[in-house]
Amino acid sequence: MSESDPGHAPLSLRVAVASGKGGTGKTTVAANLAATVVSDGLRVQLLDADVEEPNCHLFVRPTLKDSSPIEVLIPEVDEARCTLCGRCSEVCEYKAIVVLPTTVLVYNELCHSCGACALLCPEQAISEVGRAVGVLERGVAEVKGAPRGDSAGEGTHEIAFVQGRLTIGEAKPVPAVHAVAGAVDGEADVAIIDCPPGTSCPVVEAVRDSDLVVLVTEPTPFGLSDLRLAVAMVRELGQPFAVVINRADVGDDRVRRYCAEEGIPILLEIADDRRVAEAYSRGQLAIEAVPGLRQQFGALWSAVRAAADDAAGRDSAHARARATRGDTSAEASDSTPGSKAGQS
Amino acid sequence: MKELVVISGKGGTGKTSLVAAFARLAGRAALADCDVDAADLHLVVRANDREEHPFSGGKVARVIDERCTGCDRCREVCRFAAISADPYRVDPVRCEGCGLCVRLCPSEAIAFDAVVNGAWYVADTPFGPLVHARLRPAEENSGKLVTVVRNEARRLATEQGLDLVLVDGSPGIGCPVIASLAGASLALVVTEPTLSGQHDLGRVLELCRHFRLPVAVCVNKWDLNPELAGEIEREALAKGARFVQRVGYDRLFTAAQIAGDSVLDAAGARATEATATGRRAPQTAARASSSADGAPRDEAANVISAKAATPDVATPDVANEVRRLWQALREALDGAAADSAVR
Repeated sequence: MSESDPGHAPLSLRVAVASGKGGTGKTTVAANLAATVVSDGLRVQLLDADVEEPNCHLFVRPTLKDSSPIEVLIPEVDEARCTLCGRCSEVCEYKAIVVLPTTVLVYNELCHSCGACALLCPEQAISEVGRAVGVLERGVAEVKGAPRGDSAGEGTHEIAFVQGRLTIGEAKPVPAVHAVAGAVDGEADVAIIDCPPGTSCPVVEAVRDSDLVVLVTEPTPFGLSDLRLAVAMVRELGQPFAVVINRADVGDDRVRRYCAEEGIPILLEIADDRRVAEAYSRGQLAIEAVPGLRQQFGALWSAVRAAADDAAGRDSAHARARATRGDTSAEASDSTPGSKAGQS
Repeated sequence: MKELVVISGKGGTGKTSLVAAFARLAGRAALADCDVDAADLHLVVRANDREEHPFSGGKVARVIDERCTGCDRCREVCRFAAISADPYRVDPVRCEGCGLCVRLCPSEAIAFDAVVNGAWYVADTPFGPLVHARLRPAEENSGKLVTVVRNEARRLATEQGLDLVLVDGSPGIGCPVIASLAGASLALVVTEPTLSGQHDLGRVLELCRHFRLPVAVCVNKWDLNPELAGEIEREALAKGARFVQRVGYDRLFTAAQIAGDSVLDAAGARATEATATGRRAPQTAARASSSADGAPRDEAANVISAKAATPDVATPDVANEVRRLWQALREALDGAAADSAVR
């Protein structure tokens, strides 16, 4: 393979692993995919953007080499200049700054760092200062290659590792997610981002600009319900996406039928296997615990590349058409939210 | 009125399945699904929506083309990279609704519209009213919507004379979780015996301590890794959990979900099946009290029996474990009420 040559131009592929529902196997997919791909001689970066509960490190056990604070800007009032005119609190849409008869109070956790109070203060009594809301950590994870005698797969391989960690008690994860997404290395062949669960602002920040979003789900009513929401989200963003079904044999067939109806490709189905669950419980990579899984993740990597190439290969007219279609269906599903309960 | 909030740092540990079972055991309570990103409780409590309300969590800027002179001031001041030029447009997903561009535009060319970014619903269930919600995809302000859902559930509880609010929380430690915790009587943290579960539990317990909330812990699927389950339980108690309780791993939980039911109904159905086929019913006690909990029963409860009939290696009596957990929670809630009465 040409990409085994260390001198090749990087593929610079950005793959986000997400899911509406938590606990479906995002981290399993992200970590095992990273470990599989790195054994093929590619430069791999694994980024944990689930900053509220980052878990990738438990499976790839990186040596952390660098830690830096993730900061947001908050207002600082110079009481000597402040005339208590009240303009700052009037312009704050988040009620994060309140003017009392003798002083000004700032509620840090409500502040969105928009800068309105500082910019609009008639006395220029407000400056902005950094406040740490988490840390960004970088390191290197060594993983074992495939136990086979035939190629570069043997030995150990290094994954470049990045994770964000939100300080406990902080309400807003988005700046921390943003910091992780901003650490994607364009020189890597593939950057794999383990996203937060859900469908709202933190996930949006993590999946934005990726070449492919892999949505991990399970074939249960909760899995399907949450997959629909995740699909609406990625369509709203106009991002190419595909599905991986984890614990594929535990539930019913509704997730597969839904994907078929919507024309969503299913890249991989991972069978429910107690060995996988037990490996997960110990913090062991599934590909190391269950023979055969490495091949499956190898196939997933091929499918991911094909899906990403496919999405990138379409010309802009197609892309526009796709975005329009995506928007329409997202709106259609939003216009009937009441039907959700009707399905149960 | 007491309020039990069920949370978990890590997703997928079984919060919603347990809340559905508690709803049956409580008899009547107000239910609140605060996982507004991915609400699922309505799928397993036989919910019938009777009210729908729009939720507006903020405003979004919009450029009025006829007035825009292209001075670029808006794009210059926007901290969220939400504005693009030629022609000037606001990306509603990136816009955080701070209104700075609206205020600074010299031509008053930017409108500031309230946006509907979700909806909340009141549903009837056989176990009491359920308030649930849906945030539109890619939206923010989930914390505000959680607060709306909780307040509405409390209001309904007062109105209907119910003394308990059961809250299904969301995963993580961020704004929706904080909004579902504040002022609750007791938090139950559901975890699992995995390194991820252990790691995330540590963070959630710290969050609960931060808000001075009494907390109990359930190690769900404990038999997946008994050794780690024990370690997690010891840690939880050392970190101030009132009590810890185990529930075993059983595909009955999935079967119940598929039937739109709780694990108690599924256990009842499995016992019936076992009796019918002449096998020893593994859960006779479960069956007796699940018919006593007053939950209505219909043919759906039996649909799952075919699937549930494949027991795992050593099927734990999960229905009884769930009942014991509920008993302990009930006592802790009554204790919490007594505590606050003393104060």
